[in-house]
Amino acid sequence: MRDVVVSKPRILVVEDEADIRHFIRLSLEREGMAVFEAGNAMQARIDAASRQPQLVIVDLGLPDGDGKTFIRELRGWSSAPVLVLSAREHEQEKVDALDAGADDYLVKPFGVPELIARVRAQLRRASIVAGDGAAPSVIQFGQVRVDLATYEVSRAEQSVHLTPIEFRLLAALIRGHGKVITYRQLLLEVWGPGYADRPHYVRVYMTNLRQKLEDDPARPQHLITELQVGYRLAGMGRGS
Amino acid sequence: MTSDRRPDPDQLLEAITVETQRQTYGRLKIFFGACAGVGKTYAMLQAAHRQQASGVRVCVGEVETHDRAPIRQLLEGLAQLPLRRVSYQVQSLWEFDLDAALAAQPELVLIDELAHSNAPGSRHSKRWQDVEELLRAGISVYTTLNVQQLESLNDVVGSITGIRVRETVPDHCFDAAHDVVLVDLSPEELLSRLEAGDIYMAEAAQHAGNHFFRKGNLVSLRELSLRRLADRVSVDVRAYRDHHAIDGVWPTHERLLVCVRADATHEKLIREGARLAQRLQADWVVVHVDESRRSRHASEREALLRLAKLAESLGAEFVSMPGEQVAHALLDCIRTRHATRLVLGHRRRRWHVPWRKSLARAIADASPEVGLILLQPSPATAAARKPRSKPAVKARALALALLACGVTTVVASWLLRVFDLSNVVMLFLMTVVLVALRWGKAAGALAALVSVASFDFFFVPPIWSFHVSDTQYLFTFFLMLVVALVTGQLAARLRSEATSATAGERRATALARVARDLSAAMTIEQIVAVCTDTIAPIFASRGALMLPNLSEQIAGDGGFDAGVAQWVYEHVQPAGRDTSTLAGADAQYLPLRAPLRTRGVLALRPDGVALAAEPDDRRLLDACCALIAMALERIHFVDIARDTLVRMEGERLRHALLAAISHDLKTPLTAIRGLAETLETSEDLSRKERDVLTRAIHNQADGLHRLVVNLLDLARMQSNGVRLNKEWQAISEIVGSALANVDATLGERCVHTDLPADLPLVELDANLFERVLVNLLDNAAKYTPAQATIWIRAMAFGETMHLCIDDDGPGLPSDSPPEALFEPFTRGVKESSITGVGLGLALCRSIVSAHGGMIEAVQLAPRGARFEIRLPMGKQPEVECEMLS
Repeated sequence: MRDVVVSKPRILVVEDEADIRHFIRLSLEREGMAVFEAGNAMQARIDAASRQPQLVIVDLGLPDGDGKTFIRELRGWSSAPVLVLSAREHEQEKVDALDAGADDYLVKPFGVPELIARVRAQLRRASIVAGDGAAPSVIQFGQVRVDLATYEVSRAEQSVHLTPIEFRLLAALIRGHGKVITYRQLLLEVWGPGYADRPHYVRVYMTNLRQKLEDDPARPQHLITELQVGYRLAGMGRGS
Repeated sequence: MTSDRRPDPDQLLEAITVETQRQTYGRLKIFFGACAGVGKTYAMLQAAHRQQASGVRVCVGEVETHDRAPIRQLLEGLAQLPLRRVSYQVQSLWEFDLDAALAAQPELVLIDELAHSNAPGSRHSKRWQDVEELLRAGISVYTTLNVQQLESLNDVVGSITGIRVRETVPDHCFDAAHDVVLVDLSPEELLSRLEAGDIYMAEAAQHAGNHFFRKGNLVSLRELSLRRLADRVSVDVRAYRDHHAIDGVWPTHERLLVCVRADATHEKLIREGARLAQRLQADWVVVHVDESRRSRHASEREALLRLAKLAESLGAEFVSMPGEQVAHALLDCIRTRHATRLVLGHRRRRWHVPWRKSLARAIADASPEVGLILLQPSPATAAARKPRSKPAVKARALALALLACGVTTVVASWLLRVFDLSNVVMLFLMTVVLVALRWGKAAGALAALVSVASFDFFFVPPIWSFHVSDTQYLFTFFLMLVVALVTGQLAARLRSEATSATAGERRATALARVARDLSAAMTIEQIVAVCTDTIAPIFASRGALMLPNLSEQIAGDGGFDAGVAQWVYEHVQPAGRDTSTLAGADAQYLPLRAPLRTRGVLALRPDGVALAAEPDDRRLLDACCALIAMALERIHFVDIARDTLVRMEGERLRHALLAAISHDLKTPLTAIRGLAETLETSEDLSRKERDVLTRAIHNQADGLHRLVVNLLDLARMQSNGVRLNKEWQAISEIVGSALANVDATLGERCVHTDLPADLPLVELDANLFERVLVNLLDNAAKYTPAQATIWIRAMAFGETMHLCIDDDGPGLPSDSPPEALFEPFTRGVKESSITGVGLGLALCRSIVSAHGGMIEAVQLAPRGARFEIRLPMGKQPEVECEMLS
């Protein structure tokens, strides 16, 4: 694996609550990252443009505007991953933020280890995507190995048969590189625009996929459910 | 005697109420004159100009100029209200517009001719009713009135002048006026003005032809008006004395009883009674004794209804009481009502019952202290005495009586071969009794006469002749006639009594049924049903109960007019058919007055001609209205009581919740704060001790988080209906998500899942349902030892999805039923060290019920607990199968 990270990763934290900002800063700095803080959307725009962060953490409830608007603006000129912080009750907001271009989300209250794991995952993903332009054709998660070029899937050295839709679903998750992909995005990508209002399609095929690829389908380790939001593929690495 | 000198507290109270009413009401000033042409309108307009000059907003409602120049001049400078055009038959009339006046809200309205009758189709039939409504709305009114237009003086004036006016004003309207100003002109002046043509118009011209303006008439009218006004002034003086408690001679309380028969001629008695009562300052009651033995005819009923209306319009109480003997009933009434005077219509001694004491004499003998006043019922209408029953029916009865006698004669001649002559007499007597029983008194009397004649003619020798050979037979005839008459009359009376008893019985039963149904009614809908199904049929009509909504508006119902109902509701007066207000409506609208307020309106549309024509039926209807009103009020209060109870229960629950929450919130907060402060202040802690403290803070914060999430969810579930975000979900995904959530809490506990791959989808709110599973798993972690095993199983049976979460822990608490666990603030182990308000299971239950499912707790044998959720699955959504490649 090539080391792409040459300097300290720059992280921008947009959060109006000073204490939360503070502990995020402390935890990330301890991980060797450079953290910039912004307390409102205005400050965030300035910092995002001047600091060129490699990852942005955004609280959706900002005092001077909507976090989603900021994400959409940011996406206009930056591909840096965006991690959204939100309250549990507002599922639709999370979905909207993901559809607006965010990559992952964390529900408040969240723990520091989880935050760091997500940040690392997003940075890694960004580095892979930015690293060599073309995505690798063979990837691996857990015991599963997928060859995107030959449509071959195997689990613990055993070949696994996937239907075309199952394969397209898996490929879509793989292309997300651990990013949360909403039901809408999956439906658009796998089934096409006519199916955008049938999230149960994804659930049925996802269940099948888990049966075929997970060790314990009830407690999935890789094909992770984000309830009411979408799915995420965890623990993905480049296949050897 | 001191007590007599003291003002009656009730009276004073009434005076105060009347006085306060007067303050909110408008003031009525009547310009009162002896006859047309004395200058009432002129005086009224002058007074109005004076009011306007002093800043009062004056409007002219309706003043007829009759082309009189002075009136026209005075009208200039006063604001005119528009008139209302009413088309009546072919012509169109211009009437005073009550609604325009109410809308304009002037302080003073001028309306000429108080006694005017409104064109049909107006809201009120009489103008004085319009005026009363204006007064109630707080608008003062100036108006004019002639003496002969006063209801109680109508007869007197009629008898003096020979001219009766049809348009009258009830005396109470006159008496209730704040001011009455007499506009007086001596007869000579009036006559000279008349000759000069100064006063004039159609009305007077018409009277002129009748020699109305004779000097004699004018003098009498003037005297009458002066007297009437003097009476009024003396009332005012007394009111003033009462008001200021001036010691003086308090008149003894007089009470006047006027006894009437159901006869149009007795209207005069009521008018005289009104005047007498006015003069005596007495309460007065008009009594009609309903002799049950007399069957009543339609004309009598109508007369009685008119008498009742007249009496009430003149301020009397009308009582119709049942009684066998008029004298007895009257004496009863005199005693119970402490009457001091009795007005009776003079009646000629009846020729056919010479032995009977006259009513007056009977009363005078039994109760000599009562002042008796005998009056001749008005002779003018005596010519049109009550039409004696329906002739056709009567003639038929008589014909049938004759026929019966004929048949008896034939039968008797036949039987004579076998029987003795004396038995023939008995046969005739029986015929008379039967005829009287069947066809009434007159037929019985005729049968008696014919029987005697026929007995004489056909059976007593010499036969075929009225001659009698044996003079003894004359005695037989006489006895036979007397016995036949007496028994016949007795039989007829028996029958009519039975009829009236049946009618009374019918009413009593109906009332009892209505009372029973209404007392059993627990909802408004039931009362509505009683009104339409029980009450309306009693009065042979279709009915509706019209109730106001929260903004006091009555909506129309089944073709009943909401506007009329609204008026009735606001004014608490009946209206519609057979009343004086909006008589054009086809249904009658009655206010439902309960002790506290009016509750609604009962609308009845009779199928036949008239609604409750008999006074007894009227009373029954009033009783029904009162019962409905009481039932409505009762339900109103029951609702209030129930709401209060619910509020109190809610309050109690809130208190319990607050107490429990404040405890469960404070405990972790205290711990977190204490732990943090220990970390802050203790410099010399070892690395390990530090870790223990931070881990404890972390755990407390997690516990607090769960509590807050549960509380918020519960609040969301219980506030104004839950909005579920339902989608077709795979149970396995939700279980997986929940397990990931409680991973840390479960610790080393082993979790087995048994979720078949082909489990159907269920329509759920995934986030809420995840809460259910998280709470159940949290509970399992909380109440089981660290090495326990947990099983999660799901299966589909028919239309139901079963989801079980089992553990092998100590099981459910044994001291309470399992259902109690799902009540808020219930905890399996009371006062234990385990935190949590006991909201978890309550939340689970409300979420599962919101999904139409159920949750229950089961004790497993030998150990462990099971929480089982059952959810309806419904129709599975369609998923297109893909072609396998």
